[in-house]
Amino acid sequence: MTAHVIELRGLARTYPGPPPVHALRPTDLVIGEGDYVAVTGPSGSGKSTLLHLLGLLDAPTAGSYLLDGLDTSTLPDRDRSALRGRRIGVVFQAFHLLAYRTALENVLLAELYNQTSRSTRVQAAVDALRAVGLGHRLDALPTTLSGGECQRVAIARALVNQPSLLLCDEPTGNLDSRNAAMLMELLDRLNSGGLTIVIITHDPNVAAHATRTVAISDGILSEQIGTGRG
Amino acid sequence: MARPGAGLPSPRLTARDTAAEAFAGIVQRPGRAGLTMLGTVLGVGAFVAVLGLTATGAGQISRQFSVLEDTTVTVADNGPANDVAPAGTNPAIGFPPDADAIADHIRGVAAAGVWWPVQLPQGTNFSASQALSGTTSQTVNLLAASPGAVKAMVPAMVAGSPLTTYENDTAQHVAMIDTSTASALGISPARLPSHPAVFVNGIPYTVVGVYSSAQRVVSGGTAMLIPEKTALKDYGNPQPGVGSQEEAQMVVATRTGAAQEVAKELAAAELPTDPHRLVVTPPQSPLKLQGEVNGDLAGLFLILALISLLIGAVGIANTTLVAVLERTGEIGVRRAVGARPRHIAAQFLAESTALGTLGGLIGTCIGVGIVVIFAAVQNWTAVLNPVYTLPAPLIGSVVGLLAGAYPALRAARTSPLAALRHA
Repeated sequence: MTAHVIELRGLARTYPGPPPVHALRPTDLVIGEGDYVAVTGPSGSGKSTLLHLLGLLDAPTAGSYLLDGLDTSTLPDRDRSALRGRRIGVVFQAFHLLAYRTALENVLLAELYNQTSRSTRVQAAVDALRAVGLGHRLDALPTTLSGGECQRVAIARALVNQPSLLLCDEPTGNLDSRNAAMLMELLDRLNSGGLTIVIITHDPNVAAHATRTVAISDGILSEQIGTGRG
Repeated sequence: MARPGAGLPSPRLTARDTAAEAFAGIVQRPGRAGLTMLGTVLGVGAFVAVLGLTATGAGQISRQFSVLEDTTVTVADNGPANDVAPAGTNPAIGFPPDADAIADHIRGVAAAGVWWPVQLPQGTNFSASQALSGTTSQTVNLLAASPGAVKAMVPAMVAGSPLTTYENDTAQHVAMIDTSTASALGISPARLPSHPAVFVNGIPYTVVGVYSSAQRVVSGGTAMLIPEKTALKDYGNPQPGVGSQEEAQMVVATRTGAAQEVAKELAAAELPTDPHRLVVTPPQSPLKLQGEVNGDLAGLFLILALISLLIGAVGIANTTLVAVLERTGEIGVRRAVGARPRHIAAQFLAESTALGTLGGLIGTCIGVGIVVIFAAVQNWTAVLNPVYTLPAPLIGSVVGLLAGAYPALRAARTSPLAALRHA
């Protein structure tokens, strides 16, 4: 039996409104180490709310969320920040790269708060960029990179601290089909290496790469058996 | 269940990394950084320039006044009127016979001596040697002066030499005259070797020196100087009492900065038995003069400098606030990768403080430059007080720190989710 990376117990998020919006209804979900889970659903179904809760970017209004066995709902901000930095990598649809920083500097940003020496950080950032095939674009600014390259820089940034969980929010949403295919190939390879990935998408082709697919509709989660490549 | 936060070190942002991030934030947007700094540059620059220009101006004014005025001490004999002591005895003239030597022993005295206007009867006749000219003049001021007094007057000699100690001690009938008197009496400075004389009511005084001007006592007019002891012998004691216009006085030339101390010691040294008889007048304190100039000018300009600084602070606060709003996405990303609110606050605070410091440095350089160039153009000596000039960049730092406080706090309070949503 694999260890649980994620364990949700009645996790819910309600926005106070008025009127109150039940973005995520009480949810139970377990994701094991090395799982590749796609969360699918139409716009407004609660996909992003779930990702923000999993990424500790938002706090639930009910239930508990265990990450690597730690109950995150009882943690102070200091420890939640530490978990975001060390255990979780997030890739956004809009990349969220700093326009004035080079690819290398954007990746280094994720290591800034790590208490490691600069030389160690630079080496790790270079390795992460090489791992996503951008070893030759270290000094390139995001404005000179293609969409696919930007997203790979974002993935390098998410992976540089060797997290146990990679969260991807519509990672191919801003990419053409060729770049999207290359990106999914990269994610497949990372998962093959043992990385736990949760990918939010409304694209069935993207969801097909996952080993598990969880559908969400009106804030209610339901697992779909027998879908995906698993 | 595992302990919360077990095994994870707290995220930390070192001072070095904070400084590096602040530096990067500034150099990556040089145009905006420059405009943000402008207010601080102007404020600190105005502050340094105002203080420097005021000090330079005050220094120049006090230098012009002080060279003569601030090194001159005068002492008047305020002894009882109608003192009937025999001629040449003391204390009838207030000052002791060795007054010059006593004054010379006081630290800071460059030259000192006794002089007085000799009172001549109505219709006194001045004339040159019969052989030279028959011209007469009745407008010549006759002054008795000791050798020390002549030295303290600093006469600019055209020909011959000033009155000597020997001539005084032996009460020689010699005189120094100014060029105007010499011209009126028809005495050519070039003819001094032939020993021309001036006759005062028939008493001949051999002209031993001709001067064009003097810095003290006779600075504004013309005068014929004869030795003190000659005058006592020929015309008797001067009349004591300040304001009698004929009392004996002492003129003291001091070294720069010594006048006040010399003035304090002089009366007791000259007349230890009755020091109050001598009225000592020191020059106005140069510090007081400088203080008055500073007080008048600097007060107004300092207010202007403070207003500039306030505008600079508002500029930095406004731009930093705009930067916080503009960089909401960056704040979200930083929070997503582990930054804590205090790290976000520290970064923005460091940026605004660095901008303020940089503005302060540039402003200080500009201020110093203005003072130096202004002084050079005026051919003055630039005066910059290091007490105000060296810490001036820190004013910029404080302005930046205070101005960045609210925007930094606001940035720190931004939730990561809200920041990412608005990116």
